Amino acid sequence: MTREMTGAEMVVQALIDQGVEHIFGYPGGAVLPIYDELFQQDKVQHILVRHEQGAGHAAEGYARSTGKVGVALVTSGPGATNMVTPLTDALMDSIPMVCITGQVPTHLIGNDAFQECDTVGITRPCTKHNWLVKRIEDLPRILHEAFRIAETGRPGPVVVDIPKDIQFKSGLYENLKGARQTQYQPRVEGDERAMREAVRLMAGAKKPILYTGGGVINSGPEATRLLRELVELTGFPITSTLMGLGAYPATGKNWLGMLGMHGTYEANLAMHDCDVMVCIGARFDDRITGRTDAFSPNSKKIHIDIDPSSINKNIRVDVPIIGDVARVLAAMVAMWKEAKPVRDAAAHAAWWGEIDRWRAKKCLAYRKNRDVIMPQYAIERLYQLTRKHDTYITTEVGQHQMWAAQYFGFDEPNRWLTSGGLGTMGYGLPAALGVQIAHPDSLVIDIAGDASVQMTIQELSSAVQYEAPIKIFILNNQYMGMVRQWQQLLHGNRLSHSYTEAMPDFVKLAEAYGGVGIRADRPDELDDKIEEMIAVRKPVLFDCRVASLANCFPMIPSGKAHNEMLLGEEVSDDDIGQAIGAEGKMLV
Amino acid sequence: MNAMTTPGQSHSAYFLDDAPKTTERHTLSVLVDNEPGVLARVIGLFSGRGYNIDSLTVSETEHEKHLSRITIVTTGTPMVITQIKNQLDRMVPVHRVIDLTVSGPALERELALIKVRGTGEMRVEALRLAEAFNARVMDATTESFIFEITGKGDKIDQFVTIMVPLGLVEVSRTGVAAIRRGPERT
Repeated sequence: MTREMTGAEMVVQALIDQGVEHIFGYPGGAVLPIYDELFQQDKVQHILVRHEQGAGHAAEGYARSTGKVGVALVTSGPGATNMVTPLTDALMDSIPMVCITGQVPTHLIGNDAFQECDTVGITRPCTKHNWLVKRIEDLPRILHEAFRIAETGRPGPVVVDIPKDIQFKSGLYENLKGARQTQYQPRVEGDERAMREAVRLMAGAKKPILYTGGGVINSGPEATRLLRELVELTGFPITSTLMGLGAYPATGKNWLGMLGMHGTYEANLAMHDCDVMVCIGARFDDRITGRTDAFSPNSKKIHIDIDPSSINKNIRVDVPIIGDVARVLAAMVAMWKEAKPVRDAAAHAAWWGEIDRWRAKKCLAYRKNRDVIMPQYAIERLYQLTRKHDTYITTEVGQHQMWAAQYFGFDEPNRWLTSGGLGTMGYGLPAALGVQIAHPDSLVIDIAGDASVQMTIQELSSAVQYEAPIKIFILNNQYMGMVRQWQQLLHGNRLSHSYTEAMPDFVKLAEAYGGVGIRADRPDELDDKIEEMIAVRKPVLFDCRVASLANCFPMIPSGKAHNEMLLGEEVSDDDIGQAIGAEGKMLV
Repeated sequence: MNAMTTPGQSHSAYFLDDAPKTTERHTLSVLVDNEPGVLARVIGLFSGRGYNIDSLTVSETEHEKHLSRITIVTTGTPMVITQIKNQLDRMVPVHRVIDLTVSGPALERELALIKVRGTGEMRVEALRLAEAFNARVMDATTESFIFEITGKGDKIDQFVTIMVPLGLVEVSRTGVAAIRRGPERT
């Protein structure tokens, strides 16, 4: 079935054929024909943001909370360059996103025309793939292939750059959804022998651990179900990266909490002392491993990943399994059931005994305060008071992000959206907008810091426009808290430019945008104020005034191993000043 | 200044155990769709991730399928070489990555054009050595030659070194082209 239409019509038709219901964007000269087509239909709803970066993060939030591809539409030049941050963010966190950019007409390309930039050149290293469409005949094929590549294999962002004259040109359109247009087809089934070897190692393990990541969530609900079944079958303890929270429930009995730089004591010690490690959909990132030469020295390592380039990149593993998490887990669960291995019960009991002793350290304990709201306390209360709601949490980047990961429990996947790889301050607010558009009746909260939130605060205006009742819960300590913490750790507590002297009045700011502002100063009023926030069906800026100099613990200082953690309760300011050695100071 | 910088010692971003490891030289043959930007993608991968390119050649080799062959000579630790292959292999326009250094015996050739200027005894000596190296004279004036030489890279290196005292002016090299020996496809 082919039909004659213009390039701009093809763009909208392809979105409809791909089942896209919402796109996030900002108009401009080089995309006007596409905006004209959007105006004349009602199948695809366009959400107007206030800055292109907001469109990108909103599309990411939409994608991550639904499992579908997020779509952004921006103009040439500055529209495209403003998308660079969200594209890089989506690449680092493996978020499927299609970004359509306008371009100056083909005869002006290379001419330094108004609002021209080399979009495919600039976005080449921050996309999974990108295209400049120079012929109308190529457009239908590229549009549909863009969606296929974004969601196939390890998901990621793609850019389709369409010159304005191509948008006006007529050509034949065909719905090519799902039809493979290039040879790109990553392997999804795991290697049988490798999987058998993995099951054999797991069956003989005395001190096993499952270490899971965002790949489990990207693989879909079936992967989560199988992971939980695997934990049930094996009885193994399980920890997860920041990106993988929610795949195994935080209320589950085998849960050790998050691992890594700000992970729990029990998770990191178990990683260090284990004899068999099963890494599922994670990539041995530097935030996870600490110093690599001291990383889990005595374990056999099994690594399941869909991307072969993740294997042996940072840490050498013994059994690599390349494939989709859901497919591999399905096969391994079946193998385990078939083999019915007899586990060494005494060794397992001893291992859990060791874990319980680490748990008894209560590494997340903090000094309670009656007069000042402790940031950890604020997150704990937010968690408790939102448990009966259908809640999604996004974050910005910094201390509040780590506290959210530590003190907010996630029992389901796709409920936790955070910028893990790139660490983008300003991610959370527009991401929350994207989540709320996809889930209009859910409670969507951006746990924010006072510094991060100001990077994309303008999207509050978009939230008001679309009646998206997002809640922005700011842990306001007047500092760039994580920067200040590192200055204390590394630079003799010289707080160079990490204090914000001129803080806006967030309550008035909320009102100026047409939202609701709420402020909490004292611990005894916090619960009521949070309840008030939840009850409002409007965007809310919640200014939660917290202790200004709290540090985020536990922490593995840079250049240290998992068993050299700093625990919050027992460190003095002196310890903090000397925690990181000369070599560690070179690291980020 | 505090003790954090040690002169003459470099630190990679995340690895503290950066003791020198043995590096290997590998020749990779990469079959790609001949589409705009494909070479930029490959080069960008190498520069962006800090891999070495010792030699790189590219040309369309199968016109009807729009396929190009990129031949890359690179050096790195075994772990880095594996990374390079995997990173190349996951790119959308890349069809196949073949490591000719491990996939069996392979043939490697490079072509160079070498300009030498001189008169009298020097000129005669240059010509005599060129014959010994099987280099052909492609252009000559009363005071210069341009030689064409093909062979392995180290043979060309050797010839160039010998020409330096005999009046070497400049060199143009194609980079390495490589293919698997025997009847099978590379």
